[in-house]
Parts: sequence; structure tokens; C-alpha cells
Amino acid sequence: MTQLVAPLPQVWRPDRAKVGIVCLIVVESCIFLTFVVAYLFFIGKSSNGPQPADVLDLPPVIINSVALLSSSWTVVLAVRSLERAKHGAFLGWLLCTVLLGGFFVAGTAREWSALMTEDRLFISTNLFGTTFYSLVGLHLLHVVVGLVLLSGILLLGIGGRVRQSHVNAVDMVSWYWHFVDAVWVVVFMTVYVIGR
Amino acid sequence: MAIAGHAEPLPSSLTLGARVHSWVVSVDHKRLGMMYVGFGLLFFLVAGLEAAAMRAQLARAGSQLIDPTTFNQLFTMHGTTMVFLVGMPILLGMANYLVPLMIGARDMAFPRLNAFGLWLFIFGALLLYYSYIGAQGLYGTSAAPDVGWFAYAPLTSRTYSPGNSTDYWILGIMVSGFGSITTAINLIATILVMRCPGMTLLRMPLFPWMMLVTSVLVLIAVPVLTGAQAMLLLDRSFGAHFFDTEQGGSAVLWQHLFWFFGHPEVYILVLPAFGFLNEIVPVFSRKVVFGYSLMVAATVAIGFISLGVWAHHMFALGLSPEMNSFFAASTFLIAVPTGIKIFTWLGTMIGGRIEFATPMLFATGFLAMFTFGGLTGIMLAVVPFDWQLSDSYFVVAHFHYVLFGGTVFGIFGAIFYWFPKATGRMLSERLGRWFFWILFLGFNLTFLPMHVSGILGMPRRIYTFQPDRGLDLWNLLSTAGVALQAAALLLFLWNVVHSLLRGKPAGNNPWNAWTLEWATSSPPPDWNFDRIPTVGSARPLWDVANPHDPDPSPEAHG
Repeated sequence: MTQLVAPLPQVWRPDRAKVGIVCLIVVESCIFLTFVVAYLFFIGKSSNGPQPADVLDLPPVIINSVALLSSSWTVVLAVRSLERAKHGAFLGWLLCTVLLGGFFVAGTAREWSALMTEDRLFISTNLFGTTFYSLVGLHLLHVVVGLVLLSGILLLGIGGRVRQSHVNAVDMVSWYWHFVDAVWVVVFMTVYVIGR
Repeated sequence: MAIAGHAEPLPSSLTLGARVHSWVVSVDHKRLGMMYVGFGLLFFLVAGLEAAAMRAQLARAGSQLIDPTTFNQLFTMHGTTMVFLVGMPILLGMANYLVPLMIGARDMAFPRLNAFGLWLFIFGALLLYYSYIGAQGLYGTSAAPDVGWFAYAPLTSRTYSPGNSTDYWILGIMVSGFGSITTAINLIATILVMRCPGMTLLRMPLFPWMMLVTSVLVLIAVPVLTGAQAMLLLDRSFGAHFFDTEQGGSAVLWQHLFWFFGHPEVYILVLPAFGFLNEIVPVFSRKVVFGYSLMVAATVAIGFISLGVWAHHMFALGLSPEMNSFFAASTFLIAVPTGIKIFTWLGTMIGGRIEFATPMLFATGFLAMFTFGGLTGIMLAVVPFDWQLSDSYFVVAHFHYVLFGGTVFGIFGAIFYWFPKATGRMLSERLGRWFFWILFLGFNLTFLPMHVSGILGMPRRIYTFQPDRGLDLWNLLSTAGVALQAAALLLFLWNVVHSLLRGKPAGNNPWNAWTLEWATSSPPPDWNFDRIPTVGSARPLWDVANPHDPDPSPEAHG
């Protein structure tokens, strides 16, 4: 007995890293959905304290959003450069991505600092504060995790440790980063458009 | 045969420390699976002791054996343990052990993630039970969580649940939930990516199919619980108001989020047991499974519908009539694919040469008990009926018939079926039969009377009841059943220990089964298969034994 039956053509199987990251994105989407549902459920239910229309300032958030969404584009360029073994361009675009993500984090920090010091809005102030800080904070947490991953790759790349053969791993981090950006569109619509 | 591997015994020179170390650092799916099952069985004993203590208190009216506070902790820990620390790890552990073997793979897709998931589960479980030592309770003494396994608001708020016991409940379940999620991701990737050549999805054994659907449910349901628990943690620790009605928050939101997780969770707990039956029933009926594609379709249908039935846990809440009607209808609907499965197993057994070995005894026990519990489930889907019996012992009886008579019977059937593969030795059949019948009697003696005490109006989760309400006899019978179940479990433990030491050697394929795990040695070598097998049908070992009459593959059947 060498084989159970006559050999069959090897069928196509998906890439395991891609399956894994897609599953992770499903999980993350469900967590976000939970907080988005809670946000929508509680719109207009705050009895006291600052209301969204009074304190949420749109222009800086829009600039922030543009920065974050552009970083999806730069990370694509970074992956493509690595695919073609253009290491300089890879590191450059990756650096751009990290800087744009960092700009977003700094922008959120400015927004939160103003909300806390000028408007006296905290997580315990009212339902708006509760849902706002938890939903935007959940997203911010994901941005920070993404930045840690991207910066790690950047540092390894500067040390010359990221080669063309690693393109799939880098690509998976970029998928996660695209997810973080796509979720921001949902969070933005929920908090700054519908919720305001 | 060439694809069989040969296990090499560990060198006997290894010290005990080195042996333990080799288990702790292992990333082998078989060892991780066995550790899952071992820890699950350990917690099964703990949860059983908790249940026995409650039944001892309820043996007679007005008993003072256990005070109300302790009783609240007991039912909370019993429920939480059974769902999160017994059902989930044993089922995911069995999947961990079996899926790679059944699909002809050498390991899971992500072995290190697999080990990570196991240790998350173990530390989550320890965190939950550490609350007995570490959580300051109402009286300044140590305290376990006492808010019930579904932890309704506002009972979980700082006001009504001071101290840290509820925080331990949140964090322990959250951590072990992350473990379940990583295992689910791993199973999906393994099933989609690692199948051996020739194994199309429709030639895959049905157990991996059930695990695929289960894992997708885990991906969708468990994160919602994690999110809700994060909100509760924010409420309790940072003064947020999600579930705080005084500030406009909503206790109903918690119920929706919890049961959006909670109802798929019961299918997460029962679909793998369906998978065990799909392997056991055909082998002991000596027939190919009846309606393979129907079974797959019914499973996927259950997966979908189970995401839309959650509010049938909330009929007593006073939702709108439209909502109640919708969720009653969807609950009736999910009975249809479940019924299809029951008939599929019956169809497999009809005309078969049925052999009632212990695994088959448990499988048929499952069929009877699960169907019984399913029928009371349909009764509870009738909204006015549910209003009458919600939170009574009738509900307790219902879900023990599906989760004990269903899932736990399935698990014991699976343990008897695959123990020879995992250890190389058979469990004693004689002790196994005694175990089944004593457990079966004890189970029914405990839970059948609960239907009556429930209909008579006995509420669940109350530490005592009044005499002269007609409840005394039924409660005494329930408690008597526990003694039988305990005796059965002692018999099982003795069987395991005795068989590990002196059991009959199993050989590669003691049951004459047809799936790939039986093609390799018992226990399988670390690498599972010396050669990755190639298959041409859903029953590769049948094809080997009957080369002139190979199995038609399900696709050919259409």
C-alpha cells in the first residue's frame, strides 16, 4: 500500500496567513459592532452635561481622517515596493505610514485634551462621554497596535532584516491596517455624522 | 500500511520534571488537545461538586445546610464553569486532537497560537477560581462571583456587587474567551488550508464540518460577549454608564448583548457533539452516513438561524409583541434543521447492523435525551408558555436535557470512541456499559422531576423552598439522582485509570472505522502520518479495505 487511491491533482488551498487575518478581522468587526450598536442605542439619551453638537469640532477630525485614510495608500505602496525589492522606497513609504498614523494619534490626543479641559467631558460625565470615549478609544487602541506593528517592521527594515521573502507577512499587517482605516469610516459616520 | 506512523515511547530516562516540561512547552495539537480535555474534566468534577452541594441543600424544604450567599456563588460558579471551563475546552480540545488527524494533516495551521490559546484558557480559569481567595466580598471576606452565569445588570453594578468578585468573573471569562477565539481561528485555517490531497470539502468527515461552523459561530458570538464585558468593566471601574439606568443607561442592552452571544453559544456547545454522533453512529451501524450533504446544509442553516433567536431568552422582559413574535418564529424555525439531523441519524441506523458498544450507547442516549430537551425547548418558544415557566425549574430541566443529555453524553461517547486512539489502550467495555446505564438513570432521576417542580412553580436560583407545596418529593428525587451520577463518574474515573495501566491494546483501528485518524498508529506519532495520505472519498479506509468497491464520493451523489 503506497497510496490509498490513484493520485488526484493537487487542489488549490488558500494561504493560511490570509485565512487567519480574515478571521481576526471578523472577530474585530464584531467587537466594533457591539460598541457601535451601543453608541447608536444611546444617542440623545444623555440627560445632563455636554451634548455632541456642542463640543465636537469637525474640521480637525476631518484633517485627521484624511491623514489616516491616506496611510492606507502609503502602506500599499510600501508593500508593492517590497514586492519589487525596492528597499529604499519600501522604508520610505512605511515611514510615511507610521508618520500619518502618528499624526492621527496626536490629533485625537489634542481633541480629547480639549474635551476634558475645556468642555469637562469625561467617560463618567454622561452617556455621550461613556459611548464616545469607549468607541473612539477602542479604535485608537487598534491604531496604536497597528503603529507598534508597523514601527517594528520599520525598525527591522532599517536594520536590513526585512527581505522580499517576507512580503506576505508585511502584507498581512497592511490588511490589518486597512481594516483599522475602514473601521474609522464607520466610527466617523457614527460619532461625527449620525451622532451629531 | 505506509501512511501509518510508529510512536516511539519516551525514553524512560526522562525525569518527571523533564516530562512535565515537555508538556508545558509542547505545541503538538495532540498534547494540547489532551491537556484541554484533561483540564475540562477536572473542572467538570469541580462543577459537579458545586451542583451536588446545591442539591444537598435542596433535598428537603427549609434546609439550613448552605446559606443564601454561598448558594448564589454555587449556582453562578456551576453555570459559568460548565459553559466556559468544561464545555468549551473539552469540545475545542477534542477538535484540536481530531481535526488534523481526520483531514490528514501533521498539525494545526498555527501550532504556537494553539498553545497560546490553551494557556489563555488555563489562566482564565485560574483567574475565575482565584476569586474564592482574592475577591473581597460583601462581608469583607473572600467571595466568588454571585451574579448568575448571565450576570444581569443592575445586579453587576458597584452598588449591588461590591468588592471584586464580578471583576474576576469578567476578566476570567474574557481571557478564556480570547483563548476560544484563537482556537476557532486556528481550526478554520486548518480545515480550509491543511486538508490532504484529494480531500475536497465534501469528502471531509462530518466532525470537521461541524467544527468549521462552530468556529465561525465562535468568531461572531464570543467577541460580542467580550465587548459587553469590556463595557461592564468600564462601568464598574471608570464610572461609565452603559448599564446604569439612573444615568439613562440600559439594563436591557446587557441582556441583548449577552444573549446575542449566549444563544449561539449553546449551538457552539452542541454542534461539536453532533459531530461526534456523525462519526460514531455510522461506524456502529456499519453503514455510510445517511444524507451527508443534508447534514452539512442543516448545520450551516443552524449556524445562520442561531444568530437570530437570542431574544427568546428575554420573553419575560416585556419586549414588543412584534419582537416576541419574531423571536418565537425564528426559534420554531431552528427546530427544523435540528429535526433534519435527528432523522438523518435515524436514517443511518435503519437497516444497519447496529452494535451497541459504549460509544454507540452514548450516541443513542444522546439522540433520545437531546430530542426530549429539544421538545421542551419548542414548548418554551411559545411566548405565553414561557411567561408562565420562565426562570422556573422547568427551564433548568430543559437546558440540562440538551446540554447534559446532549453535549455531555456526546463527550462521553467520544471519549470512549477515541480513547483507544489517544492512549493505545481500550477502555473497559463492561465498566463502560455500567457507567452509561447508571449515569443515564441518575441523569433522568435528577432532571425529569425538575419539569414537575418547575410546573408547580418552583423558581430557579432560590436557596430553599417551603414545605407543603407539593415540591418535597420531586426535590428529594432530584437529589437522589445526584448520588447515582456521582457513583457513575467514580466508575468512569476508575475505568480511565485502570485502562491506562492495564487496558487491552487497541491497535490502529479497533472499531473498523473509515476515517483517517484510524490509519495511523495508536497513539499517533508526533508527526501523525509518515506519509501524507491521498483520499478519493469520504471513507478512505473503506476504500483501502474494499479496493474493488470504493466509496462513491458525495459530489458524485449530487
